[in-house]
Amino acid sequence: MGLFATTAGAIRRVLARTREVMGGSLGGPLSGPLSAEVIDEIEGRLMRADVGPGATTAIIDELRASHRAGRFTGAGDTIEFLKQRLKQRLQAVDRSLLMAPDGPTVILMVGVNGSGKTTSLAKMAASFRSRGQSVIIAAADTYRAAAVSQLEIWADRLDVDIVKGAAGGDPAAVVFDAVTAARARGIDVLLIDTAGRLHTQRNLMRQLTKIRGVAAKKIAGAPHEVLLVLDATAGQNAIRQAEQFKAAVDVTGIFLAKLDGTAKGGIVVAIQDVLGIPVKLIGVGETPDDVETFEPDAFIEAMFEP
Amino acid sequence: MFESLSQGLGSALRNLSGRGRISEDNVREAMAEVRTALLEADVHVDVVSDFCEEVVAAALGREVTRSLKPGDEMIGIVHERLTELMGPVDSHIMLVEPVPTIVMMCGLQGSGKTTTCGKLAAYLKGRGKSVMVAAADLQRPAAVEQLGIVTAQVDREGRGSAKVHFYAEPEKCAEYGRVTGVAVGVCRRAVKAARNAGVDVVILDTAGRLHIDDALMKELESVNRAVNPHQIYLIVDAMVGQDAVNSAKAFHERLAVDGVILTKFDSDTRGGAALSVKRVTGAPIKFVGTGERFEDLEEFHPQRMAGRILGMGDVVGLVERAQQEVSEDEAERLAEKMAEGRLTMDDFLDQLRSMRRMGPMKQLLGMLPGVGAAMKDMDVDEKQLDRLEGIVHSMTSRERENIKLLNKSRVKRIARGSGTSQGEVNKLTRQFEMLQKMTKQMAGGGMKGRINAIRELSKADPSMIPGMSGMPSLGRRGTTKTTSLKRRFKQRKKGR
Ligand SMILES: Nc1nc2c(ncn2[C@@H]2O[C@H](COP(=O)(O)OP(=O)(O)OP(=O)(O)O)[C@@H](O)[C@H]2O)c(=O)[nH]1
Ligand SMILES: Nc1nc2c(ncn2[C@@H]2O[C@H](COP(=O)(O)OP(=O)(O)OP(=O)(O)O)[C@@H](O)[C@H]2O)c(=O)[nH]1
Ligand SMILES: [Mg+2]
Ligand SMILES: [Mg+2]
Repeated sequence: MGLFATTAGAIRRVLARTREVMGGSLGGPLSGPLSAEVIDEIEGRLMRADVGPGATTAIIDELRASHRAGRFTGAGDTIEFLKQRLKQRLQAVDRSLLMAPDGPTVILMVGVNGSGKTTSLAKMAASFRSRGQSVIIAAADTYRAAAVSQLEIWADRLDVDIVKGAAGGDPAAVVFDAVTAARARGIDVLLIDTAGRLHTQRNLMRQLTKIRGVAAKKIAGAPHEVLLVLDATAGQNAIRQAEQFKAAVDVTGIFLAKLDGTAKGGIVVAIQDVLGIPVKLIGVGETPDDVETFEPDAFIEAMFEP
Repeated sequence: MFESLSQGLGSALRNLSGRGRISEDNVREAMAEVRTALLEADVHVDVVSDFCEEVVAAALGREVTRSLKPGDEMIGIVHERLTELMGPVDSHIMLVEPVPTIVMMCGLQGSGKTTTCGKLAAYLKGRGKSVMVAAADLQRPAAVEQLGIVTAQVDREGRGSAKVHFYAEPEKCAEYGRVTGVAVGVCRRAVKAARNAGVDVVILDTAGRLHIDDALMKELESVNRAVNPHQIYLIVDAMVGQDAVNSAKAFHERLAVDGVILTKFDSDTRGGAALSVKRVTGAPIKFVGTGERFEDLEEFHPQRMAGRILGMGDVVGLVERAQQEVSEDEAERLAEKMAEGRLTMDDFLDQLRSMRRMGPMKQLLGMLPGVGAAMKDMDVDEKQLDRLEGIVHSMTSRERENIKLLNKSRVKRIARGSGTSQGEVNKLTRQFEMLQKMTKQMAGGGMKGRINAIRELSKADPSMIPGMSGMPSLGRRGTTKTTSLKRRFKQRKKGR
């Protein structure tokens, strides 16, 4: 098995907890022929999962066309078809992390404020460490109060090296130092934490481009992964976030954090569909172990739970 | 969005004008548009359904005002109803005697509680109230330190002379899940300390938690019982989607929240969660957070919010932001220069800069009503703006003062210096000369001059406006109102 645990277990666990607390029931009126009621129900579930009106309409149109083509015959066909189609939308991409063949692998964490970048970085550091790889982390959030301390505490708990600069200093300089250190010390993985920034802040987005450039200049092929950390509770605005971050730093994958709540994170369907950015990892809690690889099947099953 | 919404509504209701009354079928058809707009804004799907039913009921049988198109009339109803549901305005923080007033913050992880503690402290300090901010998040690494830094900064730099104290028991911090319950004692002692210090308000910052985490939710209930806060605020990320309903409901059921604060409003989120959260809690939306700094806290305006949700653009917000960025002096100086036709390249650069400081052009223009929909196909070229800035930077100060100095060799030098072409430099100077001419006519030439200027403007190629191409015509109505900058700034100021 790979570096991270798999989604299925965690999602099932989380669902059980959700159901317990919210008192939700499973199943529902989704079997039977495609009627107005069934469509309403499907629409409602997709919407509640934050799939969004755009993608939902596309999916329902597809459903109608298949219905007209006489593809549904038995009970439960509709929902199965739907899940199948969604899985297809999410499948067919490589979700593994790109690792440098030799020399440090550089992973850059980016995202809007409070989405979970620092915690997700700590989780990844823990996973690499547990596989015996050497890790160094760069505290390139020089802006937010105690952001460096937060990361230092993680570095300490996980027993990994940290490179930091002065509070309010230039984050690109921190990255420069970290890349230099990673190379000099023959480190396997360099994880870069960046300050939360809104995708609408032009100057901050430009700063991010610069940070990426510093890593790229020092190590061929770096950053090997640029992970956009998305909060699973995010709504339609996440599409704009993904668009803007992709334009600024060429995002290679999504780390979908906070999937242990009741939010379904359905916006990633549209993001993969429209922007071609796959979800690579998911966050399911606040401890270093709460990270898993993303499995579309389990994810979609969970999405349809009421 | 607004345009497409009103167009959609318009076509759905077109047949209506003759009949003069809104019928059920027309309205249902029209509501499909409203529904999509609300869903795109992240209003919860059930809330959307209820809302649409209500609007249909309100619209039925309403006489269509002769002067309005039925589509506009419907938008009016929708906007009115949204405003009503999200209101009323209530930014009042109830203070009690004897002191201290106890305020507790709660919410999901990363929603902005700690930052908002600082903002509230600054807000109260500015009103002469002393504050104690207490760190009851013992779980997130460096949460206590974060709050300590924020608090110290507010104490040092915030407006007003009242003191902002910090209370913490850092030695009680521990890893996730190991300290559940400890916050209760910390809060109790914080309140006691606040009472002894005689501060007006004590604000409790709690750890972020999931609404389905029973142990941690129980902890909040215990804090609630132990210190009995006068106000409990739920902090909600404005970029949140459908799940806002679930979490807000759970927090409200356990704690009976007194108010909601929406954060990260400086993003381009449409913010439909505002409606969902208001609907499930019934608690007023007290404030909105509009940035990371402690001064970035604003009162909530339901009317503007309704416009934002519908994609109609937040005109008031735009004006306020413009006001922040362009000082009155600056505007006055500029207006004078314009009147005298003395506008220089430096002024032009200043304008460009202040426009950019206000945010990406597209977002900025999107705030204008009617521009929103047209913006979809419009290309506001930020890169082009970069190049323009580069060109102006490569000019000497004398050249900036007097653009006429530019001859062939100077143009060549500037193009080389800014990494652009001579053609681009020439184009900019032409644009600038035209702008100079127009502003002169506008400002100085009386009514006749102004009309001429407008005529010229409407003839002008949209690409003449720097940084924009494919700019749709914005109609004449707005243009004639472009009186003097100076007067408008004066009016705005008086209006407050
Ligand atoms: N329940 C849950 N909480 C999480 C998860 N990931 C992060 N968090 C919590 O979310 C909050 C914010 O996480 P951070 O890692 O500090 O977020 P960030 O993106 O680095 O924040 P800024 O640097 O301020 O932009 C913390 O309280 C984390 O413990 C997750 O997968 N599940
Ligand atoms: N742009 C913007 N950022 C904000 C706003 N409010 C908070 N933030 C940022 O959001 C991130 C999270 O804020 P915190 O105050 O740490 O959130 P929290 O709710 O205390 O987080 P936990 O304690 O981990 O649950 C930080 O990066 C803040 O700077 C806002 O109104 N606008
Ligand atoms: Mg961080
Ligand atoms: Mg906090």
